[in-house]
Amino acid sequence: MPKRLINLTVNGEAYEVAVEPWWSLLYTVREELGLTGSKEGCGTGDCGACSMLVDGRLVTSCIMLAVEADGCQVTTIEGLATDGNLHPVQQAFVEKGAVQCGYCIPGMVMAAYDLLRRNPNPTLEEVRLGLAGNLCRCTGYAKIYEAVLAAAERMRGD
Amino acid sequence: MRPFAHFSPKSLDEALDTFRREGEGGRPIAGGTDLVVQLKEGGHKFPYPRYLVSLRRLPELKVLEWREGEGLRLGAGLTMSEVVESALVRERYPALVDGAGIVGSLQTMNMATIGGNACNAAPSADTAPPLLALEARARVVGPEGERVLPVEQFWLGPGRTVLRPGELLVEFLLPPPAPRSAAVYRRHTPRKQMDIAVVGVAVAVELDGDGRTLKRARIALGAVAPTPIRARRAEAALEGQAPTPEAIARAAALAREEATPISDVRGSAAFRRHLVEVVTERLLHEAIERARRG
Repeated sequence: MPKRLINLTVNGEAYEVAVEPWWSLLYTVREELGLTGSKEGCGTGDCGACSMLVDGRLVTSCIMLAVEADGCQVTTIEGLATDGNLHPVQQAFVEKGAVQCGYCIPGMVMAAYDLLRRNPNPTLEEVRLGLAGNLCRCTGYAKIYEAVLAAAERMRGD
Repeated sequence: MRPFAHFSPKSLDEALDTFRREGEGGRPIAGGTDLVVQLKEGGHKFPYPRYLVSLRRLPELKVLEWREGEGLRLGAGLTMSEVVESALVRERYPALVDGAGIVGSLQTMNMATIGGNACNAAPSADTAPPLLALEARARVVGPEGERVLPVEQFWLGPGRTVLRPGELLVEFLLPPPAPRSAAVYRRHTPRKQMDIAVVGVAVAVELDGDGRTLKRARIALGAVAPTPIRARRAEAALEGQAPTPEAIARAAALAREEATPISDVRGSAAFRRHLVEVVTERLLHEAIERARRG
């Protein structure tokens, strides 16, 4: 059976890509579009390292079939910086040193970005819940929470 | 994942036609949060499918409609997030929000559907006890037409439902909430998110006009039997009674007896039975209090 052509708009750019029906969105974005910022951790939707926005919703792209995202708007970690400037969430992660091995960070940043769009002034508990679908096996959560709260403050312009 | 074909119909009729045309070996895919993981694991819970039929673009499965006197039509294809965010559901069926709002992570809730949660038929499904306690009915459409059945009859065992090949769960029908009624769902888990119920309990109560007796009580239990179940003896012990602490405690003890849990990594059978009693008792108090406040 020939591959199937699907349309994806990724970080504002339109792609037509030929996929097998059993390819995940994560695999397609990494291997076919070359956007390797999103990571595969568990591959079963538990760890959140592959988090992306699909039509404005945060999803674990390792368990979303690419064919299921046909026609969708996708935002990956590569889409957050503008004109070479890091997004405030990314900048806060750098400044707070909220990174150890770094593998979970693209997903953490996407989840934080999504949380702050929905809730610009979260409490620590809300940050913890907002990132509950993202695991850091270095267990460096404290600085990650600090970074998200700092980014929230900066984005509100307090 | 091993190969399979994939179809993206744009209507319920087209989806049913696809199953008819392609024949055996097909499975529907909604949010995919259970199914894709099962496919990656090799599909040992069921024969590996030859083809998938996507339900994502079927408008019939996205219905969310309230009719005065009839109740709510809740499309099976609504995601947990869509259910949670619905003002209609929040206002009239908060117990459903209790269940839909704790499935997996936010990412899971953005993908997983309320129909998929039922069709995956895990005994621990968080939306099952609220649907049971609210006495939802399921509308199922297939090659031989349509049938509507109480959700209580929908599950046959772990991973098994009454759906026949080529049949699809289209929507749930929920009766309108009665005056002086309230319903609530709670589960016991060590974690707040990304966990599966050790025990889940939903309670729905209706008080009579003067608020002194329980006109109706519904108690549904998750993760303590091969399917989500109603605790009917506990319900019967409450109906027509004054909702005293003693009556509530007796009903909770009966619910414990009706549970037939297994021991697994999440908890022993004895612990689960204990939890059924404790959580049922707490929720009955809470639901009765809410029903009184109206």
